[in-house]
Amino acid sequence: MSLVTPRFNYYKNRSFFAGFDPILTAAVAALLFIGTLLVYAATRDWYASNGLDPEYYLKRHVINIAIGCALAWGTTLIDYRLLRAYTPIFWVLGVLGLGFVLIPGLGSEVNGAQAWIALPGGFQIQPAELAKISIIVGMSMILSERGHDSDIPTNKNVIQSLIVAAIPVSLILLQPDMGTVFIISCSVVTIIAASGASGRWVVALILVAIIGVFGAVQSGVINEYQVKRLQSFVNPNADTQGSGYQLRQARITVGSGGLIGTGLFNGPQTNGRFVPEQQTDFIFTVAGEQLGFLGSSVIILLYLTLLMRAFGIARRAIDPYGRLVCTGVTAWFAFQTFENIGMTLGLMPMTGVPLPFMSYGGSSMFATLIGFGLLQNVHARQRG
Amino acid sequence: MNQRTRLSMLVIQILIVSLLMALFGRLFYLQVAAGPKYRDAALSIQSRDTVYPATRGLIVDSSGVPLALNRTGLAVTIDRLALDKQPDKGQAVLKKLAKLLKLQYEDVYRKTRLCGELEVGSRSGCWTGTRYQPIPITKEASTNVALQVVERPDEFPGVGATPIAIRNYPGTVGVNAAHILGYLGPLTDADLAGVNGKTYYRSESIGKSGLEIQYDSYLRGIPGIRTVIVDRKEAITSEGQNTNSIPGDHLVTSLDVRVQAAAESALADAVARSRASGYRADSGAAVVMDVKTGRVIAMASYPTYNPNMWEKGLTVKQAEALFSEENGVPALSRPTQGRFAPASTFKVVSIIAAANAGYDLKKSYACPANVKVGTRTFNNFESKAQGTASIKQLMAVSCDTVWYQISFDEWLRDGGLSPIKNPKDYFFKAAAGFQINTKTGIDLPSEAAGRLPDREWKKNWHEANKDFYCNYREKAAKSQQTQFLLLLAKENCLDGDKVRAGDAVNFSIGQGDTLVTPLKLTQMYAAIANGGTLWKPTVGRAIVKTDGTVIKTIDPVKTGTIAADRKTIKFLKESLREVILTGTGARTFAGFPVPVSGKTGTGEVFGRNPDGSLKDNTSWFASYAPSNNPQYAVVMMLSQGGFGSPNSGVGVRKIYETIFGVVNNKIVPENVLFPDGLPTTLPKISPATKVKTNGGK
Repeated sequence: MSLVTPRFNYYKNRSFFAGFDPILTAAVAALLFIGTLLVYAATRDWYASNGLDPEYYLKRHVINIAIGCALAWGTTLIDYRLLRAYTPIFWVLGVLGLGFVLIPGLGSEVNGAQAWIALPGGFQIQPAELAKISIIVGMSMILSERGHDSDIPTNKNVIQSLIVAAIPVSLILLQPDMGTVFIISCSVVTIIAASGASGRWVVALILVAIIGVFGAVQSGVINEYQVKRLQSFVNPNADTQGSGYQLRQARITVGSGGLIGTGLFNGPQTNGRFVPEQQTDFIFTVAGEQLGFLGSSVIILLYLTLLMRAFGIARRAIDPYGRLVCTGVTAWFAFQTFENIGMTLGLMPMTGVPLPFMSYGGSSMFATLIGFGLLQNVHARQRG
Repeated sequence: MNQRTRLSMLVIQILIVSLLMALFGRLFYLQVAAGPKYRDAALSIQSRDTVYPATRGLIVDSSGVPLALNRTGLAVTIDRLALDKQPDKGQAVLKKLAKLLKLQYEDVYRKTRLCGELEVGSRSGCWTGTRYQPIPITKEASTNVALQVVERPDEFPGVGATPIAIRNYPGTVGVNAAHILGYLGPLTDADLAGVNGKTYYRSESIGKSGLEIQYDSYLRGIPGIRTVIVDRKEAITSEGQNTNSIPGDHLVTSLDVRVQAAAESALADAVARSRASGYRADSGAAVVMDVKTGRVIAMASYPTYNPNMWEKGLTVKQAEALFSEENGVPALSRPTQGRFAPASTFKVVSIIAAANAGYDLKKSYACPANVKVGTRTFNNFESKAQGTASIKQLMAVSCDTVWYQISFDEWLRDGGLSPIKNPKDYFFKAAAGFQINTKTGIDLPSEAAGRLPDREWKKNWHEANKDFYCNYREKAAKSQQTQFLLLLAKENCLDGDKVRAGDAVNFSIGQGDTLVTPLKLTQMYAAIANGGTLWKPTVGRAIVKTDGTVIKTIDPVKTGTIAADRKTIKFLKESLREVILTGTGARTFAGFPVPVSGKTGTGEVFGRNPDGSLKDNTSWFASYAPSNNPQYAVVMMLSQGGFGSPNSGVGVRKIYETIFGVVNNKIVPENVLFPDGLPTTLPKISPATKVKTNGGK
């Protein structure tokens, strides 16, 4: 069977949901819906008590979702195998965006990281979010190239793919945004493992990552605030006003939810805004307090469903490129979800990583929904 | 897909599932397993309690005259939250306020800081409450100052003026009673930690001494608490519980302000008289007790202090003065905490001992100028021989030598320095019958017990001190190494564990190691007066609710019976009456229309004053009246006050004059304080109750 069959008409008008994986779609829709409620619950009373529009965040969140869905839909329009041809362009755009934020006066700093480009109208864009996609598609392209009869990538391919990842990662390191670096690194290792490359690569990369983290802390490349975050992870009571405070408050907030929670819109910890960044990075604390163990479990189960479906799409992909893209996206979602909820629950150190599909914030929403679009794109093409 | 890829994909999938399972497990731990712990933590983060102290119960005398009240003061307060919002954290405001109140800025600043905000060592005056409640800078602002603050909120942001309850000891008819009443103070960390098993709120004041601490749990009431839920910026988001305060219960005492005032002024006069005769008279005590119940009617201690000074804010200088030796340590309550040798007032014990030992009290005994006890000669008071006389007469003239002889003879009979098995110890046992080595159990804190230097005490004392006395030359200061002291040390080293002849002789006249508190001696004389019953002294009479319901009555408690039979007590009473009729008390009470019985005492004190001078004698006068139907026991003691009769005796007489309404040796009926006897019913309680001026008629 040839890779391109005549049955695919790239420019044919398709209905919105045609070829979508229904379960994956339902899980993402449920997460988007719950996320919207939580963003509203996290901000309504706070804004209302300050005499501001209580629906401010809700409206913007819904707009973000709408744009994100449009982007996702757009991603599915063109067969991914055709998109593959444009991969270098995406990659270069991603790297340019990352370079752009580092130029003084153009990028803006939030929470110690120079990670944002301010847009007119109060919008900001975070190129690192979109760079995740650039790296995934870029690596997948190189690792799926088959210049010979073997089914596994050559060492040269692997090295090339690592360079493709290393350039944007080093730019993100300069911001610095350790959370994103961590998630991308995990995804890179996963893609390499899934590519069929030698297991030695995987082991070597993990070793390099460990030595790299150790060396960075020792040499002082990592900012003081990041070391503090790590320290407060190890001993949350050490820094009671800084990041230790946030982690402790987050845990107390989640823990105080108990089995059934305090009810949506009803959490005194949330409404008292004891946890900072509640609508973005710490959105899961709102779920923990207001929806309790039962509600929070549903969210984790939705993520599990999403990831398993996404993984299924990767396995059933008809070509290595599709498989690697889907594996990369799945790993990205998985590690970002784990890092975010893990941080909220005190399992992981504090990094500024949003929760996929739920946190307030345009860039992350757009990027994750584009990732979702890529999954659907591959799904749509796997059966004729 | 090749085999290796398949395997990799499987591993990745397992990894991802296990990551999510880890989240799931952690979530279960936080929310279900440790959920209650975190719920409590969240609650303590969000809720703020504001404590509204309850109105404290009054303390009144037996006819309802208030001894402790709550006065309304005008407090100028600081709102820390508003102050901290100022660009300079309120510095300018505090400076301006200090100037307006004529206070030092540093003091005002300190008063507005939580104790934890200040360096250790410079915390005195810090605010022990929370920052969410108004912090009082002064409780006694003038209306004028308060108005200035309230009317110019732009100049004094965060400063308010509000009426506040102040504990006030009104000092009706000049009563001080500082040592009985006590005072209020802020909570200590120990109080807050619940050391005494009670829950307090940080901003409350509690009783620190006297009746205020003794009956604190009744007087304080239950504070009202308003709980609010706040957000991270301390803005109130919702109201929690809101309980009203329950006012404290009133304490009715057995004190009488008129007698108390009389006792205080008689004591102060006695001190002045004694000083005028050249004695040091550093301190003193006077106690008036109902002999039939042990209830304390008055109790004065000299020197004293103003009980209101705590609420005004005690300065460091005032606090130091309270404990300064030069000022006579005004903080010490002499009647309950001062221990002195009872001297001749203790001869009532010796009479009982002699009677129990089989001596015929009606017979005549010799009172020589001195008695030889072994190698030492013990002189009669002023070495005067009184010839041979009955015990009653010898008591009246306060003969010592007769007791030396009897005590020495009894000591010999008990085996002397090698005591027989089960010695009779008539003297020690007679004293033990008065329970002189235990506390009386009065309802006041920190009472001291007397000391009975019996055989057991001697043994313990020797055990504790033999090292010092056996190595006296090395251990004692050079100035303490006189010939006499060296000899004494040698004796103490050798047989300090035994009751020696000298100890026995000294004990018989209330000297040596014997110590009692003035309250104890009053209880002893009350027991003789009432026929032998030791009543536990009490100041509190009843606890009464604000609506008048009696919650608790404090009834007399019998703690024992003295070791004397009816006949001996009758003889004792006759002897004590003889003292006033013909003996050492005769001149003092000449012409007094109410029959009084009593005994003088002049106690020798071993030791020196801080300035190096030898200590003067302790002046005692212990008594009860009326002799035929005793009602009151009155004791006065002057430390370093000289002779018993002229100084303490006159003081006691003055107290009786007030009680019985005696003017110029005549009873003036409208001046009699208790014409119908001591009050038996509880008074109605009102802060406005006035003193009865004509005996209630």
